[in-house]
Amino acid sequence: MGKVIYKVENDISTDVIYPGRFMATVLPTETPMFAFADDKDFNKKLRTEEIEPESIIIGGDNFGCGSSREQAASCLKGYDVIVVAKGIARIFMQNAINLGLRTVVCPDIEADEGDEIEIDDTMVHNRTTGKSYSYEPISPARASIVDAGGLIAYARQKLLDQN
Amino acid sequence: MGMTLAEKILARAAGLETVKPGDIIEPKVDLAMSHENAALVINQFMEVYKGTGLPENVWDPDKIAIIFDHRVPAESAKTANNQKKVREFLKEQGIEKFHEIRGDEGGICHQILPENGYVRPGTVVVGTDSHTTSHGALGAFAFGIGATEMAAVWALGKVLNIEVPGTIKVVVTGEFSPLVQAKDLILHLIGKISAQGANFKALEFHGPTIDNMLTSGRLTLANMAVEAGATAGMIPSDAETLKYLRETAHVTDEVELMVPDDDAIYEQVVEINVDNLSPQIACPNMVDNVKPIDDVLGTKVHQIVIGSCTNGRLDDLAAAAEILRGKKVSRETRMLIFPASGRIYREALELGYISDFMAAGALVMNPGCGCCLGIHQGALGSNEVALSTTNRNFKGRMGNAEAEVYLCSPPVAAASALTGYITDPRNGGN
Ligand code: SF4
Repeated sequence: MGKVIYKVENDISTDVIYPGRFMATVLPTETPMFAFADDKDFNKKLRTEEIEPESIIIGGDNFGCGSSREQAASCLKGYDVIVVAKGIARIFMQNAINLGLRTVVCPDIEADEGDEIEIDDTMVHNRTTGKSYSYEPISPARASIVDAGGLIAYARQKLLDQN
Repeated sequence: MGMTLAEKILARAAGLETVKPGDIIEPKVDLAMSHENAALVINQFMEVYKGTGLPENVWDPDKIAIIFDHRVPAESAKTANNQKKVREFLKEQGIEKFHEIRGDEGGICHQILPENGYVRPGTVVVGTDSHTTSHGALGAFAFGIGATEMAAVWALGKVLNIEVPGTIKVVVTGEFSPLVQAKDLILHLIGKISAQGANFKALEFHGPTIDNMLTSGRLTLANMAVEAGATAGMIPSDAETLKYLRETAHVTDEVELMVPDDDAIYEQVVEINVDNLSPQIACPNMVDNVKPIDDVLGTKVHQIVIGSCTNGRLDDLAAAAEILRGKKVSRETRMLIFPASGRIYREALELGYISDFMAAGALVMNPGCGCCLGIHQGALGSNEVALSTTNRNFKGRMGNAEAEVYLCSPPVAAASALTGYITDPRNGGN
């Protein structure tokens, strides 16, 4: 069970999640402080409040569109949030899978800040409104990366296998 | 069963007879491109090797290209240190396709790759940059990946676990009116299918309008395919592709052209006729918020930008010079021009465009990404408006979340520079 800590509109780009001017900061340990940097209130909340792991960010359509910058995924991974969005752009989704940031594509999701969300094997349940929504299963290609614990571990195994 | 261009290329790269959308494959990579973000790729590459006891050597130094473009010359000590780290790594690994911050070889990655003949039809190109789709203009399957995914490519020479995308066929007919061009077409298409209309799909461009289009215009189309969410934007290679590779990229070895099968299966067909297309403008803050220029004429503009991997090529500069020559940029606005590469800069110098621009009051900056991504050079003030030939107008894109960016073609940018507000170039800048 996780609480919705933020809700954003459609087409939230990686320029909004991690503005370009912080791109010289690359290490996953250093990127979280710039998450949603131009969104001052939410950035402050992330940095100063205790964010429970598995807290939820609700996105609209096309969440994470734009640049391939991996910082947009690593900065959110740093808070161990889960992104539940109506749609997620390809590169952001792949970066999230690779880094272990959990994303859920749930086309009909309706939830507001403060709602309690539970995600089981097939459904997202909004325990506050009592409504449940099915989500798109993660593709087998991506599932094997998730199961390995991320792309670093997955690639390392492949490397060992071929040597 | 016939295959689309994407399917044909991916099947070959994966060593398979055929593939279909949804198949999971591990295609071999022909070219792996990064820019300054190679600093992060190096970090992740070392992580992959951690504990394996294996020597940390990239799979094939000849297939890796690094171009410094996003923050050149470095705007901060932090960036300079990243660039330094990358230089050292390239030396250690023997990576020679490296384009430094230099006037003879530097520029934006998506211009450097094609103009140096690094991209060939039928190949798989990956880049740690979303606009890697650009290289589909030469008939490659080219797509953007993250830094960790690139680290795996550097280690293994293939992209792990990707799904073959379905393909949307875009058929373009008709003739552009004067001063209307590829940029207007791609903006119109994105407006029509939306910023997520091609998410997880490949776009394949066909039709007489595309057949007659030069590679520079095709690069503009493929470049912005990702703004419709597309994994790749592709144009079947033809005589024009070969001409570009021979005459512009100076490629001398054998080139194999590749086209989709006649009976390929497309998920969707989109048809566009450009006969009556007017200049198109993407309005704040979404690239699919596209309107014909008539709807936004007269919008006040504080900064005008010509450049980027979308529209910073020689013919873009020529179109702008044609409009600006002998005239003055309005004192109500400011105009910044970033040629896409050192080579384009030098050609524009020889042709007199640079002096046309400077005499008109435009400021010609060094080749590179410039203010396209809001890192250094040309940030906007709060409540200011920019009109730009770049490819993105997301909130905050030009360095200030309180500012707005409109996207347009080079002729629209140049005509608007003369007045200080959005102006139709077909009215001679009046
Ligand atoms: S010019 Fe702009 S869009 Fe193109 S590679 Fe540079 S930052 Fe990206």
